[in-house]
Amino acid sequence: MSVANQIIWNRLIAIVEEQAQALVRTAFSTSVREAGDLSAGVYDQAGNMLAQAVTGTPGHVNAMAEAVGHFIREIGEMHEGDTYITNDPWKGTGHLHDITVVTPVFHKARHVGFFACTAHVVDIGGRGFGADGDSVYEEGLQIPIMRFADRGMVDETLIRIIRTNTRTPDQLVGDIYALAACNDVGLARLRDTLEEYGADDLEEISAFILDASRTATIERIAALPRASAKGHMRIDGYTAPVDLHVRLETHDDHILCDFAGTSGTDPKGINVPEVYTRAYAAYALKCTIAPDIPNNTASLEPFRVTAPRGSILNAPRPAPVALRHIIGHLIPDTVFDALDQILPGRVPAEGAGALCNFQLSIFGPESEHEVLTFNSGGTGARPTLDGLNATAFPSGVMTMPVEATEHSGPVIIWRKELRADSGGEGTCRGGLGQHMEVGVPDGHRFVFSAMFDRVDHPARGRAGGGAGAPTIVERSDGTRLGGKGRSAVPEGQTVRLAFPGGGGYGPPEKRPEEARERDRRLGYVSREDE
Amino acid sequence: MTAINLGVDIGGTFTDVVLEVGERLHSTKVLTTYAAPEEAILAGLAQVCAQADVEPARITRILHGTTLATNALIERKGAKTAFITTDGFRDVIEMRTESRFEQYDLNLVLPDPLIARDCRFTLHERVDAGGNVLIPLDDAEVEALAARLEDFDSIAIGFLHSYANPEHEHRVADILAARFPAKSLSLSSEVSPQIREYERFNTTCANAYVRPMMADYLGRLKARLAEAGADCPVFLMHSGGGLMSLEAARQFPVRLVESGPAGGAIFAADLARRHGLDRVLSFDMGGTTAKICLIRGGTPKTARVFEVARTYRFKKGSGMPISIPVIDMVEIGAGGGSLGSVDALGRIQAGPESAGSEPGPAAYGRGGSRPAVTDADLILGRLDPDNFAGGSIPLKPEASETALAEHIGQRLDLDALTAAYGLSEMVDENMANAARVHAVENGEDLAGYTMIAFGGAAPLHAGRLCEKLGLTRLLVPPGAGVGSAIGFLRAPYAYEATRSLVMRLDAFDAEAARELLAALRDEAESFVRDCAPEADISTETVLHMRYRGQGWDIPVPLPDRLEAGAIQEAFEAAYSNLFGRTVAGLVPEVTVWALSAATPLRPIEPVAGAPAGETATGTERQLFDASTGALAAAGALERTALGDGTVIAGPAIVTEAETTIIVPRGFTAKGRADGTIDIRKSS
Repeated sequence: MSVANQIIWNRLIAIVEEQAQALVRTAFSTSVREAGDLSAGVYDQAGNMLAQAVTGTPGHVNAMAEAVGHFIREIGEMHEGDTYITNDPWKGTGHLHDITVVTPVFHKARHVGFFACTAHVVDIGGRGFGADGDSVYEEGLQIPIMRFADRGMVDETLIRIIRTNTRTPDQLVGDIYALAACNDVGLARLRDTLEEYGADDLEEISAFILDASRTATIERIAALPRASAKGHMRIDGYTAPVDLHVRLETHDDHILCDFAGTSGTDPKGINVPEVYTRAYAAYALKCTIAPDIPNNTASLEPFRVTAPRGSILNAPRPAPVALRHIIGHLIPDTVFDALDQILPGRVPAEGAGALCNFQLSIFGPESEHEVLTFNSGGTGARPTLDGLNATAFPSGVMTMPVEATEHSGPVIIWRKELRADSGGEGTCRGGLGQHMEVGVPDGHRFVFSAMFDRVDHPARGRAGGGAGAPTIVERSDGTRLGGKGRSAVPEGQTVRLAFPGGGGYGPPEKRPEEARERDRRLGYVSREDE
Repeated sequence: MTAINLGVDIGGTFTDVVLEVGERLHSTKVLTTYAAPEEAILAGLAQVCAQADVEPARITRILHGTTLATNALIERKGAKTAFITTDGFRDVIEMRTESRFEQYDLNLVLPDPLIARDCRFTLHERVDAGGNVLIPLDDAEVEALAARLEDFDSIAIGFLHSYANPEHEHRVADILAARFPAKSLSLSSEVSPQIREYERFNTTCANAYVRPMMADYLGRLKARLAEAGADCPVFLMHSGGGLMSLEAARQFPVRLVESGPAGGAIFAADLARRHGLDRVLSFDMGGTTAKICLIRGGTPKTARVFEVARTYRFKKGSGMPISIPVIDMVEIGAGGGSLGSVDALGRIQAGPESAGSEPGPAAYGRGGSRPAVTDADLILGRLDPDNFAGGSIPLKPEASETALAEHIGQRLDLDALTAAYGLSEMVDENMANAARVHAVENGEDLAGYTMIAFGGAAPLHAGRLCEKLGLTRLLVPPGAGVGSAIGFLRAPYAYEATRSLVMRLDAFDAEAARELLAALRDEAESFVRDCAPEADISTETVLHMRYRGQGWDIPVPLPDRLEAGAIQEAFEAAYSNLFGRTVAGLVPEVTVWALSAATPLRPIEPVAGAPAGETATGTERQLFDASTGALAAAGALERTALGDGTVIAGPAIVTEAETTIIVPRGFTAKGRADGTIDIRKSS
């Protein structure tokens, strides 16, 4: 293999990293600039993703791999200086709050490829971010696949429509410009690279990257035992518990991952477009089987994921999908349930899974505020390692600093620390969840919007390990609240949250005494009967 | 009387000592003596004093930088330290950002917090974002806690929002100091008074953790130097690129972290000023890492947070944040010792694993069997096997060839030469990519930049790096092997005081701003005054600003008038300069106020334009040419042969004891009056 191809591949990965950094620097939404809820990638002319920034979260990363194909089909003739946009949940990354921007790359007057990026914005109009919509029409403004800029001229009509339909128009339009600008950064670097290596297009490097990635991924799959296995996990859902079912089949050159038997759609906004299901199922398989192979179209291809139309994992339009992440983040644990039977001793126990996010609508004497926070429970114990305490998995986002959150609105976070005794027992202990307590200053009241699972269905242990502690949501007067939906909190009260721990791995009686002693010394475990 | 200054840099492998007598420099490298680092300094001091025929008693000042604090954090060899924080927030330094720095590793291990959970204690108290007390501190509870702190040598104190109101931290410190006069106390409102609790608390814990050890070391050093006759003042280089007093360093040793590399940046900045260069990329490449820094207008770029002790392939997020004023550098695992390998996809990887000095690259013949970048450099003709490190380490090309063939060539069906080229290209590419991303993070475009290369391995790779980055000019200064220690000699006495206070411009309180700036001025000037009681002190105020709603702020120099309109204008000018346009209708806000006080930089003597000189050709040597993919003839000559104005056209090899400079095809090297080699792309 030629050294030039090696270098260009490496360069493409650096270029998309640069593209992602440019987005973080100029974005307005906290979800992008603080929490890193974004992705960025480069594509060949046929729409094959060649490289993707490692920054970002799998729901974006893997879903965006498919997005460019939709743009190619729907845009028609493309010109230098064009920029395209959509927030279509079924053609982008699963809900209206994700804006995807695609820019075609022209080199020497020929169309040679694309840059694309996605970011989660804080507001897109409609009812606001939450599970309470009955259809996608209530969840916000829908932007079909269309031109944002035509040969460099921004569509002012589109901008006016966006501004009129959203609560924070300046920030949203600012974020869209940031998305477009980050693609431009990538574009300039790619042209320099093509120039430097005297390449007219991406055809040769594309074939090189895709062949190497496909071959390497298939080699890993070929080395697996030929088997099939079923997995199942029951979770809270919103209006009724949800059963996630999966069947895995390993073949010579691919793995089939079929979610047949999974519950139907929910009337409320926790449904998942299939693209997002594919993203998280592929993530679970990839990080177990081929973690070191860079993400691109060819390295994702051998993971064939399907879910029956009309199930909660393949919800058709116009199902409400705003909080598709709550279900989507639990897909990897379901896949692991099956994968563990094919590859014993490789995958972790179940963990908190879904991010533990909540939003406050705060009403003061003269003003109203919206405050959103991202938080995490514990991850499942690994075959040879304890779970990670209060760490996001499978999502890749970060939490916001308490001091920064308290500056963004009249909110007081009274507690944010590890939750002792919440990790499932086992030879390896589950990761700890966390306690939070949140309130507002005197003279204010607030509505609490919950976005949690694992209230009634805590993370199960594996191989004899115990379950993690469940989610608890209550007001300071002791009133229990649901895991999803909005509830008013009377003045003077706070909301207390206990986020779930991960499941344990292996029989607890085999946990080494040193590890138990350490747990007690550090206060991870306080129970006397340990 | 001539001023005689001694610069001392303690690095991981070597302690560099430079004595400056008037215009003359005398330098030496001594192996670092970890158990008692002052021993190496005394040995080096004796050597350079002998070289220069100067009595230690005649030394005017000693300027010192060291990696000791950094190493203590990396190796976790610090004091038994307790951390006291706000009730409900015991785990801030353990929960970090609640994210994984590597997405695909199911067996990821997060670094342990610097202070373990059973050494972290909480008190009932709370201050809100505006600095108002929500729950007052209870003295009795502090007294009760003190009873549990007997066994700790050092105590860190960090409460939420203490950057806005430090009273509770001060009260706790007063009570503890009365009870434990000998224990070291570090307060977050003094060590790092900035918003964002994780960074502030971690910085405070790091300070407390290294403080007893560093205070002891600095005390011993001062005493030993005095015994040796060098009873002059000792100043410490801090991570922000200025000098601080020994006493300040004993209080805030966390500010010494990365002081060595900061000296390198100052070294490059001084050269940039002498050559009248406005935009410079400094490139420092040694055995295990490469450091890249942007220098504008003769001043290195600074930042307020950086990361030390990365635990996972130098990956961002795998270390711990330290928020102090710092010269902003990107450091990656790329050096002469970086090992080459082939991954599962048949991709050549360079580093971050390093051969170190033992066993070293295969060519050293000390038992290393895996190919390092130095092996590639040797096979590509860049190094002379008989003249490496002044001939002190004879290199074995056969060993390099075998290592390259076995570990890369056979896997990829490449001959040893092409494998060497692949490894070298990959390490250069990694460095180029790091430089590009660093430039973007700083809102800079590298076009029009000049590179300054120093450190043992940098001049071998700088030419290729320039080609990759599109730079057309490269300077290699003399003394490149001891650049950091020379940099200490050029550093001003400087201190930056910062405070987090969010102030929207539509609710600008000029009175409060004036008071805050006055307090910052007192703090910064008194630090500088301690070092240089007589000197002129100049101050500069920078407001870190953003649109309300954004997360990243940008530095804005304070305009002449302290009023909202003028500040808004200055902000908009800076913002559109970085991002092309301003955002209409949004309110800007100030987040961090920073005031730096410094003594003037030494006056520079511009380097005179080179006279038209001879063209040298050198003797013929084989050097790999990337454009043809084969070895080709290149001119080789000693650095001393490139006198003022003498030129040699690339491809060429300029050799000296400390390093070798590669001049690529299409570039021309010229000697300059100050001994610098000035390499430019031929037009």
